[in-house]
Amino acid sequence: MKTSLYTGLQRKIILITLLVSLAPLIVLGATIYCQFARMYGDKITQQITYRSRGLSEAVELFLKERIAILCSMADTHHFNEIINETNLSRIFEIMNSRAGAFVDLGVIDSNGQHLAYIGPYDLKGLNYYQQPWFGEVLTKGVYISDVYMGYRKLPHFIIAVRRQEKDHIWILRATIDSGVFEGIVKAAQVGKTGDAFIVDKNGAYQTQPRFEGKILTKSNLETNSFGGGTTVVEKKSGQGKQVLFAGTWINHGKWLLVIRQGVTEEMTGLFSTRDMEIAIILSGILAIILMTVFTTRMTISRLRDADLKAAELNAQLMQSDKLAALGKMAAGIAHEINNPLQIIIQKTGWMEDLLDEEEFRKSANLDEFRDSIKKIEGHVERARKVVHGMLGFARKMEPHLEDVDVNAIINQALDLLGNYARINNITIKPDLSPELPIIAADGSQLQQVFMNLISNAIDAIGSDGVIEVNSLRVGPQIHIEVSDNGPGISEEKQKKIFDPFFTTKETGKGTGLGLWVTHNILEKMGGSINIRSQEGKGTTFTVQIPILIPEKK
Amino acid sequence: MNYFRVLVVDDEEDFLETIVKRLGKRGIDAAGSASGEKALELMREKLFDVVLLDIKMPGGMDGIEALREMKKIAPLTEVILLTGHASVESSIEGMKLGAFDYLLKPINLEDLLTKLAQAFEKKDGQDQKIRSAKIKELMRFPARVFQQEKDEEK
Repeated sequence: MKTSLYTGLQRKIILITLLVSLAPLIVLGATIYCQFARMYGDKITQQITYRSRGLSEAVELFLKERIAILCSMADTHHFNEIINETNLSRIFEIMNSRAGAFVDLGVIDSNGQHLAYIGPYDLKGLNYYQQPWFGEVLTKGVYISDVYMGYRKLPHFIIAVRRQEKDHIWILRATIDSGVFEGIVKAAQVGKTGDAFIVDKNGAYQTQPRFEGKILTKSNLETNSFGGGTTVVEKKSGQGKQVLFAGTWINHGKWLLVIRQGVTEEMTGLFSTRDMEIAIILSGILAIILMTVFTTRMTISRLRDADLKAAELNAQLMQSDKLAALGKMAAGIAHEINNPLQIIIQKTGWMEDLLDEEEFRKSANLDEFRDSIKKIEGHVERARKVVHGMLGFARKMEPHLEDVDVNAIINQALDLLGNYARINNITIKPDLSPELPIIAADGSQLQQVFMNLISNAIDAIGSDGVIEVNSLRVGPQIHIEVSDNGPGISEEKQKKIFDPFFTTKETGKGTGLGLWVTHNILEKMGGSINIRSQEGKGTTFTVQIPILIPEKK
Repeated sequence: MNYFRVLVVDDEEDFLETIVKRLGKRGIDAAGSASGEKALELMREKLFDVVLLDIKMPGGMDGIEALREMKKIAPLTEVILLTGHASVESSIEGMKLGAFDYLLKPINLEDLLTKLAQAFEKKDGQDQKIRSAKIKELMRFPARVFQQEKDEEK
């Protein structure tokens, strides 16, 4: 019952302490982590945006260069010059040496007729009039195709520019090896998961992506989710990983340059920070839990000890209160009983006296009378002893101080009881410290104490046994132990052992006052008496007497 | 045992009556008094060798007070105090006032007789000392016999 009270209290204190100390720690940790993650995320987004923008500028520049060189070639040559394949071949060489990446070069007239061609394929004579790009280049002046697989199974795209020569219109068309700008794009494929590629409006790859998918196949990017400028879109990849896509529209909104970056890789810094933070917080939590449990346990055990001591003190107080009240009552009873006893004993005495007279001597029941009178006297004597016991205490309320050698008093008691012990075959082993000081105490009262304890020990053993009597100086006290190897006293009885009229002896043999008086005498002296007993092993009474140094006379 | 006169003072009539009877049966000239006042009256009328005095008599004269008066009336008469539980201190006081001894109630007749005898012996010894002193005085100054008689008349 009491134990569960303490464990309940302990649990409550631990819970509250942990709650109060851990909650802010966890909230703080989580907040810091969230803020940090957000900042980190922002930083990554920013980075990827810059990369996307930079790359798109590079690609745009590449395209612009090609268009510019094509335009300048178209603008600086007349139709008549350019359809001459020798001239065209020279122009092609100049273009390739200045800019590179041109695969072929052709001239197409306004009817779509391929009039001149320099390049590895036999494209001369083909008519492009029906081709959609042909119309576009005629109207817009410049055309850049999407990437397609050429006859060499290499990705290509074409750039065509229109040349207006008075009322004559012709077109200069070049094929560009898109592998070249793939090189530019690939330079941005960094890290383990970084990728860069270009898709067209429908999401088809225009360059070979680093992972998943092939050129000209459809990517699963929804291009319409990318707005103007550079847009960052977050997606889950096939393996459930977070991937960031930063897309920038290039080539007049025809192509989308995409930088792809796995979040996990970029976040490793954050994750290691997070792991460290978690480790720090966890070790903090562990330390807090350990400390809390430790300190709470200590507090609770201190509390329990204090409670125990208080309870003990309380019990002692109650005991002495009880004994004091009982003492008063006993004294009152003794007084009231004494007078009737006095009269009874005198009246019986008178009757006894009268029995000696002649007339009674002849009575047949003389012996009966005598016997009855003896019995009455016997029992009055018994009552008298009880009352005297009580008076013994009451009488000795004020101790009379004299110089006392405790050992001498013990020896006196042993002398007085030695015979009684011998008869019952009990050995008394005294072990008295020779270093006891002479103290100021009431010798006759102490004598009574030791007589009580030793005769009790003899009575407890009955016959055949050993009694040890030790005296020892312990600090400001003299301790005297009287131990017997008798049957011991149960714990239940130990509690009542100092109560008046409590006796373990047969009815009529003990008054139950001896230990009560002993206890009271010692308490008056400022000493104490304790019992230590184990059933079947024996009993030890320890008497503690304060050392009062006698006044010098 | 010599014949001697005892006065028992106790407010318990039953006790008083019985103890007087029992002492009488043992050849002691015992008289009883239930109060201090009456005891003093008796002592003025008659000489007693020993007085057995209950120290605690509720109502009326207290034992100690009676003792003081008795010592004034008959300084040589020995007083044995009868005491209950709470009156040991009073007994000690009584002893200081010249009581011979005290007995704890309830008393045992044998003890009482012993104590009475001791008290009587003491008193008797004192008497004898006084007597021999007087005889010596008379031997020296025989004329003082008359003076003595005069004193006794008083």
